[in-house]
Amino acid sequence: MWRVDLADRSRAELAIQVQKLSLWYGNFQALFEVDLDVKRGSITALIGPSGCGKSTLLRSVNRINERLGSYVRATGSVHVLGHNVLGEDVELARLRRQVGMVFQRPNPLPLSVRDNVLFGHRLHRADEKFSKSQEDEIMEAALRQVLLWDEVKDDLGQRAIGLSLEAQQKLCIARLLPVKPAVILMDEPTSALDPQATEALEHLIWELRGDYTILIVTHNMAQARRASEETAFMLLGRVVEHRRTDALFLTPRKQETADYIEGRYG
Amino acid sequence: MPADVGQPPTKTAMDLDVRGQDWYVDKLVSVLVFVGGISAVVLILGIFVFITKEGVGFVFGPMEVWEFFTSPFWRPTSRTEATYGILALMVGTASVTGLAMLIAVPFSLGAAVFIGEFATGRTRETLKVLVELLAAIPSVVWGFIGLAIMNPLIIETFDVPIGLGILNSGIILGLMAAPIMTTIAEDALKAVPDGYREAAEAMGATKWQVISKVVFPAAKNGLMAAVLLGVGRGFGETMAVLMASGHSINLPTSVFDSVRALTATIAAELGEAPVGSDHYRALFTIGIFLFLITFVINLMADIVIRGGGRKR
Ligand SMILES: Nc1ncnc2c1ncn2[C@@H]1O[C@H](COP(=O)(O)OP(=O)(O)O)[C@@H](O)[C@H]1O
Ligand SMILES: [Mg+2]
Repeated sequence: MWRVDLADRSRAELAIQVQKLSLWYGNFQALFEVDLDVKRGSITALIGPSGCGKSTLLRSVNRINERLGSYVRATGSVHVLGHNVLGEDVELARLRRQVGMVFQRPNPLPLSVRDNVLFGHRLHRADEKFSKSQEDEIMEAALRQVLLWDEVKDDLGQRAIGLSLEAQQKLCIARLLPVKPAVILMDEPTSALDPQATEALEHLIWELRGDYTILIVTHNMAQARRASEETAFMLLGRVVEHRRTDALFLTPRKQETADYIEGRYG
Repeated sequence: MPADVGQPPTKTAMDLDVRGQDWYVDKLVSVLVFVGGISAVVLILGIFVFITKEGVGFVFGPMEVWEFFTSPFWRPTSRTEATYGILALMVGTASVTGLAMLIAVPFSLGAAVFIGEFATGRTRETLKVLVELLAAIPSVVWGFIGLAIMNPLIIETFDVPIGLGILNSGIILGLMAAPIMTTIAEDALKAVPDGYREAAEAMGATKWQVISKVVFPAAKNGLMAAVLLGVGRGFGETMAVLMASGHSINLPTSVFDSVRALTATIAAELGEAPVGSDHYRALFTIGIFLFLITFVINLMADIVIRGGGRKR
């Protein structure tokens, strides 16, 4: 009896639970029975050489992979907060409200800063009425949280595409916050940024820990060490090792992991 | 040692001033291209000057400009008192084009959205080819459809004495303009980077929300240009309108009324008007007028398209 309780509790503590996830692009298998648990409110880094399936795994969690059509097939399960999101009856709009995503290249919409921040909010809470001042509050809170408010507050009507890349990427995080997702997926969010901007972003991501569960792909190992609590190392479509970040980097258990963090793969 | 191998390097230095065949070909092509380019401009200017010379004198001469544009009486061949008012013709053109756009805009935008945003693979390619085929149907064939198919259909459906008029020619013209508008609108949608769609979808937008909140605003200029070029096409169309509109001078009060278009008037009457006569020159004046309108419409389309890059 207590075993069941334990299982329930551990499941409740997990924001994401990937079980036996295999994925094919056409005939090419990109993921092989991947298992991965992500604790609630933690930051988990996914590392591994280019092409090992990090993005594929990440993009399975919010099912944005499916934009490619029936060419992509998956088996296994991905539970987010206890719900299997690969189920047929899952409403993608609702799933993506719970699971936000930050992309490799900042991708603000071709709208004003204001409309970008409020985009998701307006989608998901269209049935409620918000006054302009309520919207302003929501927007300001989001922009403050990503430390962008002071930079843009004088011209909220400017086109988001005109901002610096750093500001654009912060904006892409800010626009997720008003809908309060449980999980934020980040796919190499700093790879288009210079070192200073990278540091600013890392700082920001670290601050979001606790309120949000963050799963972040990076091929910058220093970043994984600095800005994550747990790290999973992937190789050729499999999760090789998944532990606390310091433990994984200091005393890797698998030879492949050791080789990778010593820089023996690309 | 073979004789044709290994020229000493000094020999090439002496060759510098030799012009080979390639040089002459290159020069010749440059000159031909230049002449070709210039002659296009010269020809267009020449046509414009010719039309203006034949037409402008008329409006400022025997006829009042005001009367020309506001009188509904176009009676160029009247023995007793010839009058040249193009109001009815303008209303004819405007009403037919207006109805055509009411039909073509939703059709072409819908088709463009379907082809660009929903259809994939084979369906999409097939539809694109079909739309291009539709655009290639000669206008006289459309006119024929108006006469032979639409006419009896309208008579029967609405129980009216004649089926040639605004309704008939508006539908025909709308169908004619829709393919090219579809193609241009689809290009505008295609020009919207896919990253925008992905970003919006990742935020939980449904397909329709992506289209209405992101793709349309981003493609707004191109879509407007598509509509404007469709309007230009409607204004300039002659043969199909001549055949389907009934071609009778009328200030219409219903969509079943016959009307006459500016273009059709020129096409039908210029051959009979004695060169240099008032009638002849009045027709040229209509030509200038049409030229100016299509010029302005195309210019607007151009500005609208370029306007996309302005604010950014
Ligand atoms: N759309 C696709 N079609 C076919 N193969 C793909 C596609 N996307 C990724 N892949 C392949 O899947 C594997 C994993 O890719 P990806 O998840 O992008 O790796 P990573 O993010 O770790 O660099 C790679 O071998 C890649 O070539
Ligand atoms: Mg990747």
